[in-house]
Amino acid sequence: MDARMSMTETGRRQGLMARPVPRAESEAAPSVVPTTVFDINDVSVYYGGFRAIRDVSLDISKNQITAMIGPSGCGKSTMLRCFNRMNDLIDIARVEGSLRYHGVDLYGKGVDAVEVRRRIGMVFQKPNPFPKSIYDNVAFGPRVAGVKGALDDVVEESLRRAALWDEVKDRLKQSAYGLSGGQQQRLCIARALAVSPEVILMDEPCSALDPIATAKIEDLMAEIKRDYTIIIVTHNMQQAARVSDMTAFFTAEVNEQSDTRTGILVEYDRTDKIFQDPADRRTEDYVSGRFG
Amino acid sequence: MAQATADPRLGADSPDALRSDPRKRRTERIARLVFMSAAFFSVVVTLAIVLSLVFEALSFLLGVDLGALFEMGWFPRRGLFDVRTLIVGTLLVTGIAMLVAAPLGLGAALYLSEYARPRLRRSVKPMIEILAGVPSVTLGYFAISFITPQLLRPFQSDVAFFNLASAGLAVGILTLPLVASVAEDAMRAVPQSLREAAYGLGSRRMKVAVNVVFPAAISGIVAALVIGASRAIGETMVVAIASGATGGSLFSLDVFQPGQTMTAAMAALGAGTDQVRGADNAFQSLFFIGLLLFAITLGLNVFGDRFVRRIRERY
Repeated sequence: MDARMSMTETGRRQGLMARPVPRAESEAAPSVVPTTVFDINDVSVYYGGFRAIRDVSLDISKNQITAMIGPSGCGKSTMLRCFNRMNDLIDIARVEGSLRYHGVDLYGKGVDAVEVRRRIGMVFQKPNPFPKSIYDNVAFGPRVAGVKGALDDVVEESLRRAALWDEVKDRLKQSAYGLSGGQQQRLCIARALAVSPEVILMDEPCSALDPIATAKIEDLMAEIKRDYTIIIVTHNMQQAARVSDMTAFFTAEVNEQSDTRTGILVEYDRTDKIFQDPADRRTEDYVSGRFG
Repeated sequence: MAQATADPRLGADSPDALRSDPRKRRTERIARLVFMSAAFFSVVVTLAIVLSLVFEALSFLLGVDLGALFEMGWFPRRGLFDVRTLIVGTLLVTGIAMLVAAPLGLGAALYLSEYARPRLRRSVKPMIEILAGVPSVTLGYFAISFITPQLLRPFQSDVAFFNLASAGLAVGILTLPLVASVAEDAMRAVPQSLREAAYGLGSRRMKVAVNVVFPAAISGIVAALVIGASRAIGETMVVAIASGATGGSLFSLDVFQPGQTMTAAMAALGAGTDQVRGADNAFQSLFFIGLLLFAITLGLNVFGDRFVRRIRERY
């Protein structure tokens, strides 16, 4: 175990060295006070004239798993997609408020969404491997980032971190579509890790998986948390309680006139506090199963 | 729940409920028959066409001196049936057409599918499809009134008024919207989740278009090119107007000189400019060329299909 850990650590450093772009933040030894990665203030997201989330403020700390929970339509996925500017892909989406990543305004002038996404990776709800080989899936990110030459080490290292290496090492050249759903999702995690991001956003990563595959992904998250900051959206409250350090509870306000829902952040605290002693009545109703 | 006797859904008191209704079965049989005959009709018609082609083509081959198939040119009224002349003419025109249609069509498709905003796409796509419906005779005159004098002659001094190059360019313009439209459909069909995956890894738009969308849509893209090439091979009117040589043509590889394609030669025979009845076998040669055309288009489709099978990325 120790040997493997030190090996992965070396591998990660090599992976970093190979990066063509400088990291926004140095690899200092973790201090006692958790570093703030994201500082979110009064963020609202609009789709055209419709407001999807309103005035969300929260801080996200380094090397922690932050869960965002809440009923359908409460805007938690919309919020997640603000962190790496995936909302940019939707023409009519507009983000207001301040999202600071290590102090830099993510939506500020001159900030390149592509550079943002190289540091803040994403795993989606449904496994979405490319219709390419397992190897090419993992190598995709480094290749588009301009890394030339052999990527064998990066591919192996990423697959090991995603706890998939032993299952696929003999068929790296085969299509990713031959893998099971759970394997595909771990491949997508490996693919995200291959670009050495600092943050990984997970949008209900287990909702399409069976309980065994889900357990594997949860173990994997606990494992990689030392090196990455993870933000996960989940419908599954048990999952949030099991894996996360911090939990943000969102809910939807229904606007009677337009019959639309706007997501708001109700409560954000340590996960044990949210589940055992929530401050807000709505949180309590939700986590105890009385609502949602 | 109500009492068992009052509930018509329970089968115990209505033993006939599960029995099949002969009338419904008959409707089902008739529906099946109607759809089946529709399917077989097209198959039968195709087979009949091919058979009649084969029959007439055979009678042509039996009636003609085989040496006449390899002459200095295609002059059916004089009994010179050099098919190379027509095949080369067709290949030249199709080649030039695809040089125009493939890059412009695929480029337009990539732009519309990956770059254009939805509103722009919604207005441009129908316009392209309208362009696909422009009668080809118009493009024939466009070729002789614009392409030859304005596009070719400034760069090449000895361009004949009727020539294969301007016909090829016009056929390319004609084929372009077809290629663009079919290829764009294939690209749009690539799941959005694959694009999101690529963007999420920090890909720029061009990388997403070239490294993800293009390979995932490759079977549709090849299909678009095959359909485009088939259309170009089959195009008759543009070539008949713009490439001249209605009375027959000498074997030539010069695209700036008049020439004939297989379809134009057939049209010339059929339209009476060559007075089909004028010479023995001239009429039957039409079917022989038709059969060759059929074989070429079929071969193109089979080849395209094989190629796609080999390189396709299934999603």
